[in-house]
This record gives sequence, structure tokens and C-alpha cells, in this order.
Amino acid sequence: MNVLNVAARELRAYFASPVAYLTMFGFLVITGLFFAWYISWFQDPQAFFYNIPASLDSVFRNLTIVLLLLAPALTMRLLAEEQRSGTIELLMTAPLRDWEVVVGKYLAALALYLIMLAATLYYLLILLAFGKPDLGVVLTTYTGAVLLGAAFLAVGLLASALTRNQIIAAVLALGALLFLWLIEVFAPLLPTSITLPLGGSLNPSDALQNLSIISHYFDFTRGILDSRHILYYLSLVAICLFLATRVLEIRRWS
Amino acid sequence: MIQAQNLTKFYGTKAALRDVSFEIERGEIVGFLGPNGAGKTTTMRILTGFIPPTGGSARIAGFDCLTESLEVRKRIGYMPETVPLYPEMAVWDYLEFFAKVRGLADRDRAIARVMDTCGIAEVAHRPTGELSKGYRQRVGLAQALLHEPEVLILDEPTIGLDPKQVVQVRELIKSLAGQATIILSSHILPEVSQICQRVLIIHEGRIVAEDTPASLTRRIQQAQRVLLRVNQASEALTERLRAVPDVLSVTLRDEATYAVECALDVDRRAALAAAVVQGGWELLELRPVDMTLEEIFLRLTTTEEEVAA
Repeated sequence: MNVLNVAARELRAYFASPVAYLTMFGFLVITGLFFAWYISWFQDPQAFFYNIPASLDSVFRNLTIVLLLLAPALTMRLLAEEQRSGTIELLMTAPLRDWEVVVGKYLAALALYLIMLAATLYYLLILLAFGKPDLGVVLTTYTGAVLLGAAFLAVGLLASALTRNQIIAAVLALGALLFLWLIEVFAPLLPTSITLPLGGSLNPSDALQNLSIISHYFDFTRGILDSRHILYYLSLVAICLFLATRVLEIRRWS
Repeated sequence: MIQAQNLTKFYGTKAALRDVSFEIERGEIVGFLGPNGAGKTTTMRILTGFIPPTGGSARIAGFDCLTESLEVRKRIGYMPETVPLYPEMAVWDYLEFFAKVRGLADRDRAIARVMDTCGIAEVAHRPTGELSKGYRQRVGLAQALLHEPEVLILDEPTIGLDPKQVVQVRELIKSLAGQATIILSSHILPEVSQICQRVLIIHEGRIVAEDTPASLTRRIQQAQRVLLRVNQASEALTERLRAVPDVLSVTLRDEATYAVECALDVDRRAALAAAVVQGGWELLELRPVDMTLEEIFLRLTTTEEEVAA
């Protein structure tokens, strides 16, 4: 399976350089700080009366900002470096399809992210040891975190296809992700209802709100599994991977 | 085995290839000869399916290089000019990756075989990023040979190698004759004439000549040239040299060096030396010089034009 061959090579490349270790270190330090800060509330002698739930919210509600910085770092090298060093020439003249290269690389980044996410299960163990976290919510939260990360990484991979410079790839990814994020901030500025000439009405504000990469995430952390949100993230991944494949192809035609 | 028809490639408005057509039979070793930027690499990239031509088409083993790229890629081994490596991967892992991608059944044996053929067994576990130019080049060659391809496309296979390695690689390529159809590019005439059965000379995106190395050399070299260095040049010596039989022309390069052109197939070096010494001059150096590639192209392009006119 060529996709897996590409993915396995890429995953080994991550661990052959400091990239994997540095990003994992950063990820665990930041999420660990959020978790420790949350846990410290329980030290308060009055904590019992505040009715603080045993939850991973502190980690996962802040995951968006962590991923904003982390995803570009993980994806910037993937296709940009192949194009700079010329190894893409070997891949594209070996019996590999363009999409196999793109999907393989994407899976490697996703696998590394899942490894990082798996490390946060340690926080869950601590909660289980001292409290009774709602496991249903934990499950939906992790589902959301996987989908959110999958979408961020796909956007990053697309940025990496567009250039042969890793730094530019990282900045492009950061810019694109910020844009998809800030849509949410600007959405309320649009009118909430437009009447169409043939009857019926549109809600531009709501429509824009629904395009935001963040707005689909928080329901997962509340224990809600909504097919609309799942569909949004999966579509975003599919679109980005499709575009990245086309970009690789177009860059050879120019 | 390989057919190219009216291949044209534009990079923006700049033409890299103009109307290039050629045909290569199964088992042939063909050399692309030309200076840097002549269009050799572009032609090879089109054949391997890496870049599409702006116009024209190419077929390998009956498959179109653009529309049936995957079938073509299965049948070719390609070594780009600067061998692209994943610097963090060890040589063995690097070859294993391409063996997997090519779906080889007995990977270990295939890798051991090409390592042995290319003389890289001793660096099997070194990261490719730490290798010398000579080793990198041979790792690239090993990668191209892994799946025993029907067609081998080698872009400047001996560039950057030391003389001993150059000889080894040339021997290796010659030993593959009969098993594979081979295209290689070079900007060194002797190399191409040693290895190849046929030479295509590419200049400014066009094929300016196509022939066997022997008859090509005959067409190009109308005279053999000798470089002669003495202690002091003078009119009298110039006259003496001109008087030597079969000497076609004598030109003074600088105050002590002559370029002497003699008729082909006769060696007049002894006579030239005698002329110098007997006249009372000191002979410091006497050696035959090959035509430079630039001179060859100049001659080829001008003669072609004369034929056209």
C-alpha cells in the first residue's frame, strides 16, 4: 500500500529530526500547564462547595490556540521540503500517484498528532484516580479534538504544497487558520436576514458563522455529537487534500 | 522502445525545447550531448513524466509519457542530475523505501544486488546526507537500478565523480547493454563516444546532429590540433612550422604558444618537434588538444546551415 509506505517514511523522518520531540514537548507543556492550573482549584479547602467537575475542559477548550501554533510547525516541511530538495522528482517519477503522496504525508502528520493526543490520556488517568469524570463527555471531547486537529493539519498541508520554502509554508498555514478562525468574529457584523426576490430568506451571518473552523468544535467539549460538525471537518480535510494534490500537479505544468 | 515526436517545451515565453523528435530501439545506449541549458534535462523530465511537454508527445514501451504516466514509470529507472536524497535516511532505508514503492517482492536481495553493483555496500547504514558526492551519485544510480527497469534514464551519471569512479560507472553502464535501453546525458564528448552506440547532439533546444560516435567525430573533426609551446615565438619559427608537411594552419596563441592544425590520420608531432629543435628553439610542450564542446557546436551549427543553404 503506497499511501502507507509514504506515511511510514514520513513518520520516521519526523522522529529523525527534533521536530517531533519539540512539538510534543511544547504540546505537553502547554496542555499540562492548563491541566495543572485547573487541578490546583481542588486544593482550595472550599472546593467541595464550588462543585467543580472533574473534567478535561481546561485542556481541550484551549486546544484551538495550541493547534493554531502547532499544526503549521508539523506540516510546514511535508511538501515544501520535497519541492526544495528535489526529492519530489523521484516520487513523481516512481509509480506513485500524486494523491498517494499527499495522503501519505497527511497521515504521517495526523499519526504524530494522535500520538500527542494519546499522551493527554494521562490527565484522564489522574481524573479517574481522584474523581468521576463523565466518560461520555470525554469521548465526544476526544472525537472533537481528533477532528479539529485533522482539519488544522489538512490546511497546513495545503499551505506546504504551495511553496518550496518551509517558513513561507508555516506563515501561510498560520494565516489561513487565523482567517478561518476570525470568520467567527466578523460573522455577527453581517445582517441576519436577507429576503430573496423569489421568496424565502437567507441568513448571511449564520452562514459565515458556520464556515468558522472554531465554531464547530465547542459542542464536542459539551458532550454533543452533531453530524453537522463532523461533516464540516471531514469536508474541510477532503477539500484541502484534494487542492494540495491539484497544486502539486499544477506546479509541474508551470 | 522510445519515441519522441515534435517535443516542445516552453518555460514562460522561453523555449527550452523546439520540435525535438527521435526514436530509440530496444537495447540501444543513446547519449544526449550538449552544454548546460541545451534541453537535455528537460527532455529527460518529459520522458519520465515529471513535466508535461508544451507540444508534441513521447512514448515509452508503447505507453504515452503524459497520459499513461504510471505505466511508463513502472518501466523506467531514473537518476536526476543532482541526486535528491532524504538526508536523514540511511542508504539502506532509502533504497528500501523505493523498493517498497515499486512493489518489489524480494526487497533485501534487490537492495543487496544494487549495492554490490554500485559499490555502496560499505555505506549501507550511513545517513545519505553525510555521503560524499561520489557516493551520493552511486546511491542515485542504485535507486534507478533497483527494479531492473527496461529503460534507464541517467542525467549526467558521472558528474562529480573522481576519475576512478567515472571509469567504474561507465563500465557499469556498458555492462547493462542488452538488458536495458539506456539514455544518458553528458557534456563530455569522449564519455558519450565511449559508452554510447548513438549520439544525439542537442543545442539550444534542438537536435543538431544524430549519428554514431565514430562518424560524428569524423564529421566534426576535419583536422587534428596540436598545442606547441616553445621558449620564444618568432616569425621565422612560424614559417618553419608551416613548412612541415600536412600542416594546415599555424596560429600564435600568445608569445610562446602555437596552435597547429594538421591533416587527419597522420601524426606529424615528431616532424613538428624536429622543426622546432633543429631551428635552435627549445621545445617546452607538445600535446594534442581535443575540440571543445563549444567548437563542436559552432562547427555543427554552421555546417548544418551551409547544407540548408
